[in-house]
Amino acid sequence: MSWVRICPPTALLPERGTAALLPDGSQVALFPLADGRLYALDNLDPFSGAQVLSRGVLGDRGGVATVASPMHKQVFALDSGRCLDDENVMVATHPVRLRDGYVELLTGAAA
Amino acid sequence: MKRIVVLGDGMVGRRFTEAMRQRDPEARLTVLAEENRPAYDRVRLSAFFDGATAEDLSVGKPDPAVDLRLGEPALRIDRENRTVHSAQGSYAYDHLVLATGSFPFVPPIPGTDTPGCFVYRTLDDLEALRSFAAGKRHGVVVGGGLLGLEAANALLLLGLDAEVVEFAPHLMPAQLDPAGGAVLRDHITRLGIGVHCGTAVIAVHDGPRLTLATAAGDSITTDLVVFAAGIRPRDALAREAGLALGERGGVLVDSACRTSDPAISAIGECAAMEGVCFGLVAPGYTMAEVAADRVAGGAATFPGADTATKLKLLGVDVASFGVREGPLEATYLEPAEGVYAKLVLSDDAATLLGGILVGDAEAYPVLRAAVGGPVPGRLADLLSKEAGERELPGAAQICSCNAVTKDTVTAAIAAGHDDVPSLKSCTRAGTTCGSCVPLLKRLLAESGVAQSKALCEHFAHSRAELFDIVRVRGIATFSALVAEHGTGRGCDVCKPVVASILASLHNGHVLESERASLQDTNDHFLANLQRDGSYSVVPRIPGGEITPEKLIVIGEVARDFDLYTKITGGQRIDLFGARVEQLPLIWRRLVDAGFESGHAYGKALRTVKSCVGTTWCRYGVQDSVRLAIDLELRYRGLRSPHKIKAAVSGCARECAEARGKDFGVIATENGWNLYLGGNGGFTPRHAELFLSDVDTESLVRYIDRFLMFYVRTADRLQRTAPWIESLEGGLDYLREVIVDDSLGVCAELDEAMARHVEGYADEWAGVLDDPVKLSRFVSFVNAPGTPDPSIRFTRERRQPVPETRTAPVALGIPAVRS
Repeated sequence: MSWVRICPPTALLPERGTAALLPDGSQVALFPLADGRLYALDNLDPFSGAQVLSRGVLGDRGGVATVASPMHKQVFALDSGRCLDDENVMVATHPVRLRDGYVELLTGAAA
Repeated sequence: MKRIVVLGDGMVGRRFTEAMRQRDPEARLTVLAEENRPAYDRVRLSAFFDGATAEDLSVGKPDPAVDLRLGEPALRIDRENRTVHSAQGSYAYDHLVLATGSFPFVPPIPGTDTPGCFVYRTLDDLEALRSFAAGKRHGVVVGGGLLGLEAANALLLLGLDAEVVEFAPHLMPAQLDPAGGAVLRDHITRLGIGVHCGTAVIAVHDGPRLTLATAAGDSITTDLVVFAAGIRPRDALAREAGLALGERGGVLVDSACRTSDPAISAIGECAAMEGVCFGLVAPGYTMAEVAADRVAGGAATFPGADTATKLKLLGVDVASFGVREGPLEATYLEPAEGVYAKLVLSDDAATLLGGILVGDAEAYPVLRAAVGGPVPGRLADLLSKEAGERELPGAAQICSCNAVTKDTVTAAIAAGHDDVPSLKSCTRAGTTCGSCVPLLKRLLAESGVAQSKALCEHFAHSRAELFDIVRVRGIATFSALVAEHGTGRGCDVCKPVVASILASLHNGHVLESERASLQDTNDHFLANLQRDGSYSVVPRIPGGEITPEKLIVIGEVARDFDLYTKITGGQRIDLFGARVEQLPLIWRRLVDAGFESGHAYGKALRTVKSCVGTTWCRYGVQDSVRLAIDLELRYRGLRSPHKIKAAVSGCARECAEARGKDFGVIATENGWNLYLGGNGGFTPRHAELFLSDVDTESLVRYIDRFLMFYVRTADRLQRTAPWIESLEGGLDYLREVIVDDSLGVCAELDEAMARHVEGYADEWAGVLDDPVKLSRFVSFVNAPGTPDPSIRFTRERRQPVPETRTAPVALGIPAVRS
């Protein structure tokens, strides 16, 4: 398990997702909120099988920060990865931190 | 404490005790009832043979505070001592209410006491009929009115062949005219019921089976006879007590339901209201309410009976309302489908006086509510199937049995009665014959839409309201709007809507600053997301006209980027399989060759399709290509509640399929016809003619206003057809607004469109010219040059197609019933 340096936070557009490619070839979606919170989920949309979650619209449902899949609009909680439209579906979340002026992701294990 | 005695626990008697208890909870109520069963729904009696139990037909549990004495008919009224006597006891009253109903009329002919002769009035009658009918084959109903046809239905449900004998020349003479009766007869004979009109049964002869002699000289052999030829008021007790009676029977009452004895009221079928008896439950209910109000000290009066009727007889819709004939009659007959309609109008055709509907009574609520006023639309429209979809006026009676109007129902819905059972108990609508339950459901659905005009959990406003807020307050960002007028952080519903509103009101690039984060992925990348995560690119080809050079450029781009290429339905070319980082490279080539974004990704004007027009076509009468190009260039980039498609045809042959578009223009010898509100898709609609033979300048002006008014006032994802429908007054109203300027907004709409045309800029070029925007077009923030490895292609018919396939989302296409 190690922290992988992704990009400076200024490369991220607030309130919009961005995809990152990890060394093992997997894809992670980074979601920076306007209030400074930063979340990371798998980029793979489990419903469509496409690597697109990073391209969804961010928002909240009942106060829970969310992203809506751009494919068929299922909504996922950013903090837990739970799908709020289908309790049987979940995407992995990834530890993410800001260190030395970079956004870093913990790789090698899905939390 | 007032002692009130009621004679009869039928539907009307029961209604009286309920109304009385409501008005005066202290009143002591005693009900003497002849039948052994508490009140039940006589209107739905034949349901008893369709599996319904006596329980199902119940009109509700008797109130325990009411002393209900079943099987104890009153025998005598002693007015002097204000006492009613039964076999079991005597009951003193301060006020007496007669609700004794009526008895079935059996014609005075020989043999009606023969076994096998029945009447059709009570559950006991029905049970006797049922046990006798076991093992029998054939029955005759005497009477072809409402009750007789119900009885015929009962015989069918008992497994018998049925024949109906009606004395009048046609069926349902009280409700229908001869033509309507004939259409009904066709329906009924198709069900296998024999119908004899214009004759009477004159004798019943006993034998191994029964033989009926008719006035026409025929005889009918049968197993049983049901007399359902009308009812007579049960006024014997009143007669013996010396109360005044109506000329044709019934206890004479005034509009306060008072008999000639002020301590006695009469209500329902036993009452002759100012001399007239009513055999329908609705006037009976009204009388019950009036009488209860009077007994409680009120001043209610009988407002006159609405004898409008709508019912389903043997599966056939039959309705009549107002007068059945008059100075001017518009009729409509569809013999093949068995549909007949007649509207009776005043001699200047300005006022609807009444009408008859057979076979299709969808229009009944609208028409019935319009009686006495202007005809609510073109006759042909009113009588068409769509009439039932029209908005009902507030005064429209939803439930005619209980005289419940739409206003009452919508008020109940607003008060939180949000399902049918709750509405029934609150308003009583739907509790008698039940035929209005579908209407209740519709009102619930409609109010659901109204209640959920809130865009999403973040805004309590509709899209149109948000549009006005943004416009009037000059709000320029989503964060300002949600902070001042919403809650939370927004979502995938409200953010794109606000982005669209901001695009309509403020020129500037859709990806400028915060607006970029609001956009759906299509608008964010100015391309169309496909199932594998790649995008497709559609350059604008105005009017579908393209030079060979430009066609070659598209071909070269498609070849060089290995894009799947397909001609679209909108006369342009879609290039599929582009990755995010390829999009600017593709656009660069296209823009350099003179192309621009076709907005295939946006809720925006898509294309203006055209036929080839006068330039080439032997039949064309106008230059449709020129107009289509001009219109497409004028409205390109216009953000709207949903996509907008358009077309121009150069002659009436309509090769551009303009009537399938949101706005369609068809050339005439004298100019252009403008059609509005068409679409393809899930619910295809033909556009309707809005203007005829207008010149190009006027045409463009009206399309400008149509589009801008739509952009401002439609709901999210509402296309023009449902939007026009949602306007009260529909297309006519729209004409008033944008042609006659009834709202005084035309100048504003014109100005808004002028600003749009003026401020248009190609969105693709806007990205290519801006390094910040351009920098977002990467698959990976940490590996900008790396293509997304998950997007892989295989080849099909020599073109690239996505390698992995997942099941598409099912849309629920309606199945065809075989």
